[in-house]
Amino acid sequence: MTDVIATNQTILVVGGGISGMTAALEAAECGKQVVLLEKNPSTGGRVSQLYKYFPKLCFPTCGLEINLRRLKANRNIRLLTMAEVEQVTGSPGDFTVTVRIRPRFVTEACTACGDCAKAVTSEFPNEFDYGMSQRKGAYLPHNLAYPSRYVLDARVAGTAEGQAAKAACKVGAIDLDQKEEVITLKAGAIIWATGWKPYDAAKIQPYGYDRFANVITSVEFERMLDPFGPTQGKIRRPSDGATPKNIAFIQCAGSRDRNHLKQCSRICCMATLKQTTYVREQLGDAAQSSVYYIDIRAIDRIDDFHRRVKEDPNVTFVKSKVASITRDKASNDLFLNGVNTEGYHRYSNRHDLVVLAVGMEPSVPAGTIPAQVRANPHGFIELDPATGIFGAGVSSEALDVNRAVQNATAAALRAIQVVNRVAGAEG
Amino acid sequence: MAEIKVGAYICKGCGLGERLNIAALEGTAKKAGKANVVRSHDFLCSQDGVALIQADINQEGVNRVMIAGCSRRAKTEAFNFDGVSISRANLREGVIWIRPDTADAKETTQDMAQDYVAMSCAEVRRMTPPTANDKAQLNRQVLVVGGGISGMTAALEIARAGYKATLVEKSAALGGWAGKLYRRVADRYPYADPQSNGVAELAAAIQAEPGITVRLNTLVARTDGAPGRFVVALASESGETVEETFGAIVQASGFNRYDLANLPEMGGGALPDVIDQAGLEALAVAANGGAIKRPSDGKEVTSVAFVQCAGQRSEKPGHLPYCSGFCCTTSIKQAMYFKDRNPDVDTVILYTDLRTPGVAGEDFYRSGQRKGVTFTKGVVSGVSQQGRGPVVAFHDEILNEDVNLDVDLVVLATGQVANAGVNIDIPPQADGQPAAGQPVSILNLGYRQGPDLPQLKHGFADSHFICFPYETRRTGIYTAGPVRRPMDIAQAQEDATGAALKAIQALENAGLGRAAHPRSGDLSFPSFRREGCTQCKRCTVECPFGAIDEDEQRYPQFNEARCRRCGTCMGACPVRVISFENYSVETVGQQVKAVEMPDEFSDKPRTRILVLACENDAYPALDMAGQNRIEYSPFVRIIPVRCLGSVNTIWITDALNSGYDGILLMGCQKGDNYQCHFVKGSEMAHYRMSKIGDTLKGMNLEVERVTTYEVAITDIQRIPALLNDYAATIEKIGLNPLKDF
Repeated sequence: MTDVIATNQTILVVGGGISGMTAALEAAECGKQVVLLEKNPSTGGRVSQLYKYFPKLCFPTCGLEINLRRLKANRNIRLLTMAEVEQVTGSPGDFTVTVRIRPRFVTEACTACGDCAKAVTSEFPNEFDYGMSQRKGAYLPHNLAYPSRYVLDARVAGTAEGQAAKAACKVGAIDLDQKEEVITLKAGAIIWATGWKPYDAAKIQPYGYDRFANVITSVEFERMLDPFGPTQGKIRRPSDGATPKNIAFIQCAGSRDRNHLKQCSRICCMATLKQTTYVREQLGDAAQSSVYYIDIRAIDRIDDFHRRVKEDPNVTFVKSKVASITRDKASNDLFLNGVNTEGYHRYSNRHDLVVLAVGMEPSVPAGTIPAQVRANPHGFIELDPATGIFGAGVSSEALDVNRAVQNATAAALRAIQVVNRVAGAEG
Repeated sequence: MAEIKVGAYICKGCGLGERLNIAALEGTAKKAGKANVVRSHDFLCSQDGVALIQADINQEGVNRVMIAGCSRRAKTEAFNFDGVSISRANLREGVIWIRPDTADAKETTQDMAQDYVAMSCAEVRRMTPPTANDKAQLNRQVLVVGGGISGMTAALEIARAGYKATLVEKSAALGGWAGKLYRRVADRYPYADPQSNGVAELAAAIQAEPGITVRLNTLVARTDGAPGRFVVALASESGETVEETFGAIVQASGFNRYDLANLPEMGGGALPDVIDQAGLEALAVAANGGAIKRPSDGKEVTSVAFVQCAGQRSEKPGHLPYCSGFCCTTSIKQAMYFKDRNPDVDTVILYTDLRTPGVAGEDFYRSGQRKGVTFTKGVVSGVSQQGRGPVVAFHDEILNEDVNLDVDLVVLATGQVANAGVNIDIPPQADGQPAAGQPVSILNLGYRQGPDLPQLKHGFADSHFICFPYETRRTGIYTAGPVRRPMDIAQAQEDATGAALKAIQALENAGLGRAAHPRSGDLSFPSFRREGCTQCKRCTVECPFGAIDEDEQRYPQFNEARCRRCGTCMGACPVRVISFENYSVETVGQQVKAVEMPDEFSDKPRTRILVLACENDAYPALDMAGQNRIEYSPFVRIIPVRCLGSVNTIWITDALNSGYDGILLMGCQKGDNYQCHFVKGSEMAHYRMSKIGDTLKGMNLEVERVTTYEVAITDIQRIPALLNDYAATIEKIGLNPLKDF
């Protein structure tokens, strides 16, 4: 049974991505008690699946390592993984939160030696690679996964393979009898940092994501660059594994669109500009990138990154919302059809790989977040100190990493204000 | 002080017992490591194993714990003992996982493991559990510099958390630029209409808050000290100066208006009816809901053009190379001033990229479209006066034609110019005064490294780190709002709230003597042996955080609460008088010496390569190489260092003298896009190593024997390859000729 000490001076942080980790760490480093919940088996969230950050082109795992070190060193934080909030009742300074914890079937005794994975043969689509690769039924989600403990997939736990994994574990860390648990926690304030998910590209029917192998999303493209990812770091066409020569990036795929997400997701322009540098770095002059855009939103001092990319003769910008994509069956190449609004020229351009810069959708739909929270109809949480529940990061607005962290730091203070009032009231 | 008692604990789990000769490792710990207690255990990280160690601490008086097993990055929850120093010999990720399990490899693998055990014993013996600085002070008062909306917000948020704030404003009133706005952009759903600027409400809240002291007409005349004990002289207009102490500082000094005279081709500064956005706010305030009238003749404005990116996003001299981010929504808001009162007024926004991000931006943009604001993608070539009004000449990018647009009024959307004080990267004059043309200082820091915060780019005093926007190079001082990065009000208020947290955290840390990010919680601080110091000033100059001043006798004066514990000073010191309780020239130096050098009569391979690896990036990458069972040379001996900046050249020369054949330094990327967590550490190391060539020549050694690489945490495959290549290079140039002396 998971045992957690929490009081009405505890800050509960929901979500262990970069925003939630930041909020938890910043509050804990002010001396506050924090319980951090993550629904996945490990922390790190969406950014741990990225190859590089714009505009510095540095690696997200670098900051993740620092945050993990802070987390390991801080005794004020209790981390619960595979845990999701079921219900929130009460009021600021006195919340009761019901949390559902899925079984991992691997206890804290795990040393991450990997013996269980060797004993298991079944494979499943790898969530970390958006299903572009397979992983074992006993697995460490990724190289920097924390807690550094394996996970036994629930689909093998009850099988002979589960028994084999248990037999292989020399430390006795596999507990096949683990059951789903529901626990209740007290909390004085709640930080809701549940982040985002990529908009379901299949819903943008004219782009054929569900029909054409060589139409992929920006987050999938990102995974291709990871040397430990589905293509071992190589930019490849899914249809035939060939190296693409003429890549199209479609901006606002599902964003700024009444039929899909109304908002501008803010990050996608910079993400695409960044991805054109991947193409340049890996394929040099052997590949062209074309960016189809409405406005390039390279906001504030990172605009110079935009200028640098524009200087690359292999990157072309087309001001156009692409109307449709059709496929050449023989080659699996794609034709992008639309009108270039600069001069109103109709085009039908051939590309061998299309990357949809998909928008950010709140991970947790508006209807399922605690009723006390004030969310706008787009599903993002607005600030309302009276609720004692504070959005942090992308749960509050479409933000880039830097702004999400900044926002999460602010959320930590708002939560501290509530628990400090409780502490004051309790003397 | 209690007698040093080293307990060495060797784990047999995770295959260590099968792959290594544990008894021999125990012998190493006893003999070479001089451990007082030596034990091995099947699974040291199990409850039973941990209890074994704890029992020795409690009953045997063990106060230095050496754990040989997995990496120091693993099982940290289990190996978490209070009041003792801990070292970890990385036999799993660093030895058995990177070596093949073959008979051939057995001996070299065992040698590696034995060396690591000896090294970790040597290290832990020289470590002392850090005790907090006795100068630590808790001061719950925060100084907020700047009474605009960022500063007001910061002060209020600080007070609401139960701390005290002093809000200092140079002018006679709070509110800053926001206070001059007629309305601000909507910050609530449905993000449709301009709303009250909110300054009066904020001012009232500040007045009602007993935790806030407001000082108007006041400047910061001098700032000395460190977090927990900043001593600040506040000078009022009347000439009176008061001195107060603060725990931390938020600098919300905002931005300055861009000078329209820099845009003569746009009519800036020359044509009366060409104004900037601030000018339009003034007209709207004057109109107070009535018709907005143009400056030249007071005519009611019936047509207005907004020119976006005026003097921005441009490399031309006098222009701003960046996008200010707020101006697109501001122009939409200002167009609404006209449209909301009279839909017949023509409002045209001329833009190249309309930048209205997020939910808030895009909803507000759509609201502008609904209200009939015209958006035209066009590049403006000039504004001239023809007849009684201005004419805007632009190329319509959509219709691909040149257009001359007659309007009553032109609003140039100019950018924010950071008000960050003196650029300390420009060398001061001989008398110590800032160079000509430098703005006046905001903080007047009495620091050795200059009076204001370092600026990152384009004059903004921002963090360089994407993951850590509040990283500051002056501990305990945090910028917020447009002094940090161009931004709108909503972002500035968020930013101010975040900066308020960091200020509170800094003063709490200072109160306990704890380090700030990235070595959060570290209680050690540099100690300095004054009698050995030659006053060379390298430590004061090279500290990336400006933590070290000079006293009256020109000795370094360490300000512990400003220190980030990177050890760059320790690396800089030519006479090695700077050390930390848990990290010193000795803790590393003794590890270097603890490696066994097979002599000329040995039948073992004799190559030994010392690797000093940054613990933040290179070392985790090496661990992950192990995790993925990527093999590398058995001749390397890897020592993690806090930062490459902490590498003292004595380690290099000692290593060469004691027979290492090569030394590799692995640190983070340096330069403009540096990834060094301590800003300059990697760069300093490269610089210092570039100078070591002469030393090598003096020793008659090849330059390749000391090599520095920039690596990243993702170089999980590259680093092993680098190690192997380097081992091959050493093979080629041969063994260190000093080996057997």
